[in-house]
Amino acid sequence: MDWTALWLSLQLAGWTVLILLPVSVLAGRALAAREFRGKRLAEAVVMLPLILPPTVFGFYLLVAFGRDTFVGQIWQTLFGGQLVFSFQGLVVASVIFNLPFAIQPAQRGFEAVSRELREAAACCGMSPWRALWKVELPLAWPGVMTAMVLTFAHTLGEFGIVLMVGGAIPGETKTIAIAIYDRVQAFDDRSAAIMSAVLVAISLFTIAVTFALSARVGRRLG
Amino acid sequence: MALEVMARAEAPIPLDVAFTVAPGALLALVGPSGAGKTTLLRAVAGLWRPEAGRVAVDGVTWLDTGAGVDLPPHRRRVGVVFQSYALFPHMTAAQNVMAAMDAPDGAEAARLLDLVNLHGLADRRPAELSGGQQQRVALARALARRPQALLLDEPFSAVDRATREKLHAEVVALRAHLNMPVVLVTHDVHEAQLLADRMVVLAQGRVVRAGATAEVMSDQEALRAMGIREVAAMLPATVAEHLPYGMTRLTVADGALYLPRIDAAPGAQVRVRIPAHEVILSRARPEGLSAQNILSGQVVRTVPGAGPAVMVHVAVGGHEVLARITRRAAGQLDLQPGMPVHVILKAMSVARDQIAPASPSR
Repeated sequence: MDWTALWLSLQLAGWTVLILLPVSVLAGRALAAREFRGKRLAEAVVMLPLILPPTVFGFYLLVAFGRDTFVGQIWQTLFGGQLVFSFQGLVVASVIFNLPFAIQPAQRGFEAVSRELREAAACCGMSPWRALWKVELPLAWPGVMTAMVLTFAHTLGEFGIVLMVGGAIPGETKTIAIAIYDRVQAFDDRSAAIMSAVLVAISLFTIAVTFALSARVGRRLG
Repeated sequence: MALEVMARAEAPIPLDVAFTVAPGALLALVGPSGAGKTTLLRAVAGLWRPEAGRVAVDGVTWLDTGAGVDLPPHRRRVGVVFQSYALFPHMTAAQNVMAAMDAPDGAEAARLLDLVNLHGLADRRPAELSGGQQQRVALARALARRPQALLLDEPFSAVDRATREKLHAEVVALRAHLNMPVVLVTHDVHEAQLLADRMVVLAQGRVVRAGATAEVMSDQEALRAMGIREVAAMLPATVAEHLPYGMTRLTVADGALYLPRIDAAPGAQVRVRIPAHEVILSRARPEGLSAQNILSGQVVRTVPGAGPAVMVHVAVGGHEVLARITRRAAGQLDLQPGMPVHVILKAMSVARDQIAPASPSR
């Protein structure tokens, strides 16, 4: 059992969720409630990671993150490290790759809040931020929570992109999914089985917690 | 400190309307659907921006496209009751009301819920309330904003008739507590007549007729624009006593009306809606008629309309009753202004929903 790999995966999933939570709320709300030019295009771009094979997507990110590229240079200047084959690079890749999982369910959640309800909030004197906090978020919460659970679970299991962008550096980029693959390659089926079982347990636990929370929210909304 | 509204637009519907509402007055925007009533209300609330427009209340300018002023809805002190109420489903009635306050005040919320006759339901969520109760919460929430203008968008259209009549009565009673301009959007002309001091009749985004309710409601032209042929007058009356056979006796200026039983205690002030086509005029005091209700008055004027009918305005104790009779009958009676006439009315022609509590005098 590779505890380092599991811990790394949990950290990666945690960071991804943490970064994508505000993104999913703001982008999901904008896509649900507003009409703007290029909205269809934005929705299509968000969907892209869902359609592209992870290996292909990972390859493009690897190319884009390289030391000599614009993105790589900026990262180097800002944080003084490189993006490829580093944990930070994994987080960035994971955030991009999880956009559809984070935004789509949140968008569905915000679409459940009617325009009249948003207008009522404004006519009650609530500023847009207050209305978001007091009215829209509580009502869209099941969608946002689904988004975060999907993102978390999806990040734990992601393989192709992680391998492409991060390689398999122990303690840096070797996540549990890669560790499982690594063990299988080494004919260490027992370790692979244990780690797979741990992933299954974590996934089941996540789903159970989500359902419990959803039920509570459902009761709260009557 | 009146509410002044002017709005002009080409889209989504052509609109060119201006009106003013005095503080404490209730103005009804009436017209068929698509006339621009709700759009106009949304312009006042700041939920829709006309191409050119001005909205000012209490000396505060909410919108002035010429001067580039356009306050967002949450910066306008406006109370809105939406057609489907738009209550926040995750909040209780009291929380809904407090959501519209600058500083949540439980005691004030309780007072407002009492004001709209919602006792002991403060902790219910909207899903646990009937349509009429939700409507009352929406009204209390709109008032909790301490609005400079109160806007009601078809607020009674989603409840059944019995509830609607009750709510009408409550709104009339509530108006004694309201000192801001009130705008009511409705397609129901009767409702407008029961509740409003003044009416603006809209058709295809334009004002067909604006004026005092009684005035507009006796105007054939305006009524045609609203798609109604049935003109009616409102006559104030006092409930005198309840009689056997399910009848109620009311006293009006100088006579009595016998009507089907009214749900109001003796002494209550009501207004009776008298359809013009149900009124018979007689120069001599008639005898031996089955009609129970005979009031005496004087002819004020006779207004010819299109077709074979004329509208006779008859003064009955300081109020006008309208009688729609044929040109031929008017000619035979030789009606002249000032001439005494008797107004005859069948008791059953005044339905229960045509009786409203009297509005507070102003």
